[in-house]
Amino acid sequence: MISAKKGDWVQVENIVLPAGHRAPQVPEDTQKCDLKMWVKGEALQDAKEDEELEVKTTTGRIVKGRLVEVNSRYVHDYGEFQPELLKIEHQLKEILFGGEK
Amino acid sequence: MAKDMSYEALNARKNEIMKAAMQISYEDFELAGIGFNYEKMMDEVGYSIEEMRKMQLENAVGNTPLLEMRNLTALARKYAPAGKGARILVKDEACNASGSFKARRAAIAVQQAKKLGYKGVIAATSGNYGAAVAAQAAMNGLKCIVVQECYDNDKIGQPEILEKQRICEAYGAEVVQLTVGPELFTTFLGLLEETGYFNASLYTPFGIAGVETLGYELAEQCRQRYGKDPDVVVCTNAGGGNLTGTARGLIKADATKTQVVGASIDLKGLHMASNGDFNKKSCTTGHTGFAIPFVTWPDRSDCPRNAARTLRYMDRYVIVKQGEVFYITQALAVLEGYERGPAGNTSLTAAFVLAQEMNEDEIIIVQETEYTGAGKHTMPQLTFAKQNGVDVLFGDPDNEIPGKTLVFPEDPGMIKAREYDLSKAKKSYIHNCVKNYDMATASEEDINYIMDEIKESREFVLAELKGAGITI
Repeated sequence: MISAKKGDWVQVENIVLPAGHRAPQVPEDTQKCDLKMWVKGEALQDAKEDEELEVKTTTGRIVKGRLVEVNSRYVHDYGEFQPELLKIEHQLKEILFGGEK
Repeated sequence: MAKDMSYEALNARKNEIMKAAMQISYEDFELAGIGFNYEKMMDEVGYSIEEMRKMQLENAVGNTPLLEMRNLTALARKYAPAGKGARILVKDEACNASGSFKARRAAIAVQQAKKLGYKGVIAATSGNYGAAVAAQAAMNGLKCIVVQECYDNDKIGQPEILEKQRICEAYGAEVVQLTVGPELFTTFLGLLEETGYFNASLYTPFGIAGVETLGYELAEQCRQRYGKDPDVVVCTNAGGGNLTGTARGLIKADATKTQVVGASIDLKGLHMASNGDFNKKSCTTGHTGFAIPFVTWPDRSDCPRNAARTLRYMDRYVIVKQGEVFYITQALAVLEGYERGPAGNTSLTAAFVLAQEMNEDEIIIVQETEYTGAGKHTMPQLTFAKQNGVDVLFGDPDNEIPGKTLVFPEDPGMIKAREYDLSKAKKSYIHNCVKNYDMATASEEDINYIMDEIKESREFVLAELKGAGITI
């Protein structure tokens, strides 16, 4: 269970359009999902996870939403090693430098 | 009384919001029938090449190196008939501030916003353009909001898009993230209205004109070094601005014989607004899911008239596969020592094949690269593909099924540039005119406009219009 103190850098979540009220051109599987929005900002009140609070974003906007993260981590990285890429490397070097094809 | 911020109310205010956010009088360029005066719009709203180069250079954009791919050229020649195998050159656009050619568009858009006195800029993009606008806004002391389609319903995002979120935040921008869906546009409208910021759209006349310097520069560099114009320039094609701007720049540099080829990745079968398909894509840009709708109907953008109009400029259009682009990305790293892309390497993949059809003394230029980093790299992209149930295998890339398999070629000789029938795209454009303007008749002005739009003969246009039951 996370919680935020006033002044913490947090991420809030909002529902822009609920499932069933999506744009008509949206395919069936997406129609069943809410259109959700996430924004980061400075907490203007203390809050616990899932509680609603206001945040001040980096451009100075005030946005209300449900607390989902505090000091959000960037989760992307360089991934798992992919042996297929090594196979390609060896193949290319063999073709180009390892004698006649 | 507070304004109604509902989805319907915002869409109903679209025209007034856009007008306030761009200050372009698009109506001044409208013609009596279905068309508008494209060249007049580009002349009056855009800037000259000299003005743009100055603005860009002052903001760390432009004068990127033109690199010769010696080993990739040698590899292509291994597979080409005797005497064939054009020299492959790459314009290293990753050297621009923010790491892609998108900086050229952003530099001009942000200068325009500054000139008009806006306090901030907003762009709707999940791509490199976000980083470009964020960096330019930072340099020029403007606030910046980037609106991203980022996650599926479970808050899982493509590593490539997550990196683009990070870099925008690194440059001090606010990033508003959404789940999959075209309604993003309405959120974007709401933010424009709430903040009064400038719409730094990718598709304004100055946004597209900003890319003209790229075509102009590469023609100059090629002449300086090789004493001739490039024979072919390949552009990765998505929304069309890259190709349109580059082609216009080539024309302005008098490189009128240079053939302009578009290249996109085949993502047939994946729905762009589907929650389930969203994370089945192994590339997030330069693909057919985005490109084909824009080629056949440019005026679907966030501007009343899109300045990116590829059928006016494209001489040829080829399709490559995801597995082929990843293969060539790896080749670029291990044979040339350049870690770039992967998404920007769509045109490099096409060039590798097209070079094999061309003479040895000819030159083919890939006009962009993009920065690589965590998330934006073949390893995390392949990791993500496998996590999402995509089978990664070696075989014939023709058998690749987007969202199900990613097929590396067994041998680089199997990489293909599949011809996309441009006359099919042109016919589709005409049918979209008929449908979207509810045409019953076509005036002389309409016919001339369509001829310009698709670079085709009067006979071609008349035959298609008559076939659709239009009275001439």
